[in-house]
Amino acid sequence: MGAISLRKVVKRYGTGAAANQVIHGVDAEVSDGEFVVIVGPSGCGKSTLLRMVAGLEEITSGEIAIAGRVVNQLEPAERDIAMVFQNYALYPHMTVFENMAYGLKIARVPMAEIRARVDKAAAILELAPFLARRPRELSGGQRQRVAMGRAIVRQPAVYLFDEPLSNLDAKLRAQTRLEIQKLHRELRTTSLFVTHDQVEAMTLAERMIVMNAGRMEQIGTPDEVYHRPATTFVAAFIGSPPMNLVRGEAQGTGFRSGGQVLSLPAPVPRAGELVLGIRPEHVELGSDVAAGGWPVKVQALEMLGAERLVYGTLGETLFTARLDATARHPAIGDVVNIAARPEHMHWFDAATSMRVGH
Amino acid sequence: MIERSPVFDFVSHVVLAIGVVVIAFPVYLTFIASTQTPQEIIQAPMSLVPGSNMIETYRLALFGGETSMGGRVSPVGHMMWVSLVTALIIAIGKIAISLLSAFAIVYFRFPFRSLVFWMIFVTLMLPVEVRIFPTYKVVADLGMLNSYAGLTIPLIASATATFLFRQFFLTVPDELVEAARIDGAGPMRFFKDVLLPLSTTSIAALFVIQFIYGWNQYLWPLLMTSDDSMYPIVMGIKRMFGGGDAANEWNVIMATAILAMVPPALVVLLMQRWFVKGLVDAEK
Repeated sequence: MGAISLRKVVKRYGTGAAANQVIHGVDAEVSDGEFVVIVGPSGCGKSTLLRMVAGLEEITSGEIAIAGRVVNQLEPAERDIAMVFQNYALYPHMTVFENMAYGLKIARVPMAEIRARVDKAAAILELAPFLARRPRELSGGQRQRVAMGRAIVRQPAVYLFDEPLSNLDAKLRAQTRLEIQKLHRELRTTSLFVTHDQVEAMTLAERMIVMNAGRMEQIGTPDEVYHRPATTFVAAFIGSPPMNLVRGEAQGTGFRSGGQVLSLPAPVPRAGELVLGIRPEHVELGSDVAAGGWPVKVQALEMLGAERLVYGTLGETLFTARLDATARHPAIGDVVNIAARPEHMHWFDAATSMRVGH
Repeated sequence: MIERSPVFDFVSHVVLAIGVVVIAFPVYLTFIASTQTPQEIIQAPMSLVPGSNMIETYRLALFGGETSMGGRVSPVGHMMWVSLVTALIIAIGKIAISLLSAFAIVYFRFPFRSLVFWMIFVTLMLPVEVRIFPTYKVVADLGMLNSYAGLTIPLIASATATFLFRQFFLTVPDELVEAARIDGAGPMRFFKDVLLPLSTTSIAALFVIQFIYGWNQYLWPLLMTSDDSMYPIVMGIKRMFGGGDAANEWNVIMATAILAMVPPALVVLLMQRWFVKGLVDAEK
């Protein structure tokens, strides 16, 4: 089946001094049957990377292999892939059946087999009643399923999804997310899924690739990425509200930031300029302002139903804490002491933004 | 927006009615004249009800023959055939060529692509009338005078249609091209299976326009045909006006004019639905 290898993949538009490099040497291995999500802010190069795998963008340098075969020079149709586009890209003048059958027809698959494969895909996706309709007679969710059906009937080694859920409304998106998960459990086909939505990324991915500015920041399971972010970018990008990041000078169990020295429950992994990261849900609030504590002045409160967000400032830095909605909470203007357990503290090198320590 | 009031309704209906009369009355008059005998026509005022001579006049116009006043009438039937063939070749040729050139300009990256497009576009400023003498020279040197090739080929290239198809192709989403590539469709396959079906309404609209354009050609055939068998009907009408003292067969001339109007009118009527859709509709 289809493992994908990306080796030092580079994409550059233009040549010479005017060249604009958008992918800076990405290395990644996706094993057979794995569901990998590429996530990053817009303009980070995630779609370009996917389109390079699909063969819709040329590879400037490096190598992409699908199922052990280097595909750099192959046409999209020869790469044994199927792609689901953000706006579905259904042929508007063809019926649902013709849309799904078109690729097979070109590949000269016998009509009987085309019928069988389309019927099977239609059954999986509950599209059977709509086979004779045209895309414009379908709802957004149904079109989305036709686009997936078109991918399924090709029985490719790899599925490529380019933000396929972003044109759906929130409810349908959650539902389709579940369907994609179910589909992947049944078919076990290698999938690359591009999204800018971290919820999609966390829920769908077996492993996720976090990209920023054309570079791969981290590749790992959602657990790893969430609990051990490799860089400050990942720490800030994954998680909502984002991780609190405080920059300062670390020495032993002291952390000098914004003119005050904060005492730490455990020694820092390394002395020097560091960034301390603490997730809002790991922030503990105490009322007594003890010496060496971390005084936070509460600026705003947000009640979200199950939880409550407390926004405050620690010195100059904005600091967020997330409390259970039923827990006792401070009032606006209060100064509270905050604390966190050593295992919930993430340390990053201030210069390189790379993770330091465990 | 516009207020509806009885007065306004009345005024707009009057304006419409005047418009209809201005357009339709001459056509009606032509038709009435074509049903009368030559003697009836020249009486003043001419009768405004149909005469009794319709069948004879039209038979004479279509198949030619001797008139009651002793003149000869050459058959209009054959001229209509020439016009029909010419108009069809021009319309179909224009559509085929502009579809392909628009396809090349929009979907292929070749050197000087935009220069090519602008060159085509600039020829919009050079209608047949402007380039008629050089074109005549070329056609004459190629030995295409008095032939269908000579009648049609110089009129086939069309910047308007190329431009229209280009604009339409630009609105086709890129993802459709990419989906077709992933489905394994080559360029011509994509053209045939996706672009052509999507362009049907534009093609229909253009066919109507170009058919009428081809049918109404006058100056070019006048210049390059000298053989009776290659005269299109629009020219034929003009040639029926006798010079000097000869009396004009007004009833036959009017019948010919009506016959010249029928095919374009039929094309418009039959294709009206698509025509309007093609001009108005941006649906994809």
